[in-house]
Amino acid sequence: MNKLCKAIVDNRFIITAELYPPKGTDIAELMRRADIIGPLVDGVNITDNQRASMRLASIAICHLIKDKGYTPILQMTCRDRNRIALQSDLLSAYVLGIENVLILSGDHPAVGEYKEIKGVYDLDPVQLLTTARTLESGFDLSGKKLKGTPKFCLGAVVNPTSNPLELQLLMMEKKVKAGAQFFQTQTIFDVERYRQFHDQVKHLNVKVLAGVTLLKSREFIGFLKNLPGVSIPEDVVKRVEAAKDPLKEGIKICGETIRELKKFADGVHIMAIGAEDLIPEILKNA
Amino acid sequence: MIITVTKPIEEIMTNLEGYKKVFVVGCAACATKCQTGGEEAVNNMIKELKKKNKTVTGSVILDTPCDIRIAKRDLAKSREANESDVILVLACGAGVQAAEKVIEKPVLPALNPLFVGTTERIGVYNEFCSVCGECILDKTAGICPVSRCPKGLINGPCGGVVDGKCETDLTKDCVWVLILNKLKKLGKEQEIFKDYFSPKKRAKPKVVNRAGERR
Repeated sequence: MNKLCKAIVDNRFIITAELYPPKGTDIAELMRRADIIGPLVDGVNITDNQRASMRLASIAICHLIKDKGYTPILQMTCRDRNRIALQSDLLSAYVLGIENVLILSGDHPAVGEYKEIKGVYDLDPVQLLTTARTLESGFDLSGKKLKGTPKFCLGAVVNPTSNPLELQLLMMEKKVKAGAQFFQTQTIFDVERYRQFHDQVKHLNVKVLAGVTLLKSREFIGFLKNLPGVSIPEDVVKRVEAAKDPLKEGIKICGETIRELKKFADGVHIMAIGAEDLIPEILKNA
Repeated sequence: MIITVTKPIEEIMTNLEGYKKVFVVGCAACATKCQTGGEEAVNNMIKELKKKNKTVTGSVILDTPCDIRIAKRDLAKSREANESDVILVLACGAGVQAAEKVIEKPVLPALNPLFVGTTERIGVYNEFCSVCGECILDKTAGICPVSRCPKGLINGPCGGVVDGKCETDLTKDCVWVLILNKLKKLGKEQEIFKDYFSPKKRAKPKVVNRAGERR
């Protein structure tokens, strides 16, 4: 059983962190960062052509991370592959020792580098979760028998800051029914608001990892505020803006957020967005 | 109906290079509604062609140019059309291809077809149908997620719903929010997400009979 699965079974506070593959073949920096966070977390989550931009494949990096002894989480979006390719990649992931798969629809091409392409979306996330479970049963979507069957630990995403929240809650329920065992959320800064969400989804009996992001600078806050669906409480913004060393303050805030979450949440998913080197310090503060 | 827009005139003229005598075909159905292939559009096109020193041999506005029987009756037998170098069709791709089937002349499109949609008013068209072959409007309060969600998500929305709007365009409503609100109005909100929709059949036969079966 891999570290993430074990953390889920053992019912302990889960910590995962995200890394994104490079555009190009130079993976030195990425692997250096993997070495920093790999030993500290329960899973290293590798993005799949995030923000609809072309990058090195998640599955390749997951394989390299696994080879180093860390626990990868393969992100798999529905945007770029039809059901043949998705199933084929799921089987491939399994034989490479990658069992943790996070399934999401994927940022729409309209927000990325290739605005004029056709998004595939042959399957939606609920159908892809169902598909992964179908493969586990020894058959593929065409009903053909598999020679050797995979086993996955499946995750999905939910956005607790989305309005109307009602839709997200219903969707989450549908994803649980389809086979999701853990969830990763959009970045949250308001722990109290997250607590309410946590209570609302408790009955689903799945692990929900609260997304946390390091506020690196004043400029970064401006960038985040412009992202759809991200809300940062005013007192948090003021703390960073008033600080002599905004980065130091950001690390402190991030650590405090995790510390607060540890009191009731199932875990956190850290999105350091280029500042992965600081994750050890954040965790020390937590 | 099929929503169309007129191709840039420069593109049309480039395609017409080498042809002198042009016969123009309009559409009395969808393209008339879109003002891209009706009487006014055909007359404007004729003016443009004359300005560029083309000889317009004649024109016809077919009731439904996509109906091969009508194209055969009203275009194939037209003397002017048969005496032309080229046929310029102001209709969707089905109209252009019906013309191609009935007349031994080069056929050129003057429009770009966009989608099957509704007219809110002239110049405001909504893509409301993907002609997917498996209509689920009975389960989605008469609002189509296949065509109206940019990702075509049929089991429910993604996480990109911001205050009821779609993250790909914050001026547009998330179709799943519209569905939820409509179901609430109808007192049927408990029906949302009740069903699991299995993957859609994306392949449809290219030629079908009245029952939609392959011919």
